[in-house]
Amino acid sequence: MKLVLNKDKMQIIREQDVVPFRNRVKEYATKIGMGIVNQTKLITAASELVRNMLKYGGGGEALIEVISQGRDNGIRLTFTDKGPGITDIPLAMKDGYTTGKSLGVGLPGARRLVNEFDIKSTPGSGTTVCIIKWKNG
Amino acid sequence: MDRIPILRMGQYLLVTIQIDLYDRLATNLESDLVQAVSKTGARGVLIDISALSIVDSFMGRILNNIGSMSKIMDAETVVVGMQPAVAITLIELGLELKGVHTALNVEKGMELLAAKINSAYEDPDEDEAGTE
Repeated sequence: MKLVLNKDKMQIIREQDVVPFRNRVKEYATKIGMGIVNQTKLITAASELVRNMLKYGGGGEALIEVISQGRDNGIRLTFTDKGPGITDIPLAMKDGYTTGKSLGVGLPGARRLVNEFDIKSTPGSGTTVCIIKWKNG
Repeated sequence: MDRIPILRMGQYLLVTIQIDLYDRLATNLESDLVQAVSKTGARGVLIDISALSIVDSFMGRILNNIGSMSKIMDAETVVVGMQPAVAITLIELGLELKGVHTALNVEKGMELLAAKINSAYEDPDEDEAGTE
């Protein structure tokens, strides 16, 4: 059972929105006492996902939540865009696969950096990616 | 528009990234640096990332690109001051900074650059000495 303790929404429309968003995530992670390594992993994963949202989804919304489960606290981030969606999610999650000019490590790399990773996409109507990093995860 | 300053010191170019970069800023730095290498004929590029709290796949690619491009322009690149948490994250992300040299701090980075550049100068002499 995951309880939401605090939530915050940010619109990510332009590239310049990324740095304030990363700082906001850092603020919340610091507030729950997350260590520097886990913080860095979370923010790096967030940075990858937010870039994908801008590049492929034309921007969207990022939801930051402080959650608790039992004795553990964590940060849950949900990225929602109304872009073209992903037709083949297993392929998109493969290392080295990209439809752009990038390295193709964004999605699979982000999954390795967090504790829980969930991606849902409907071609034609958008993509939602949800990640959780536990304070002691 | 925002720009990251590039300082010239002798045959070196020094870049200290003091703010968290968004993508456009990083791409600008890449092209500015390569142009600066060409204009000044610099033999070494030192990039200090000690103030960067994260390096994601995009920034990693930019650093690798700078290394490869400078190499073609006959300059060595060294990235210094990476925070331990950033190194841990980079490897878990699946990125290796293969295109650039790395050093713990600015001092060691400058030593490394000096050694690389000097050895590049000395090597042909040694070969000549060997054939004589």
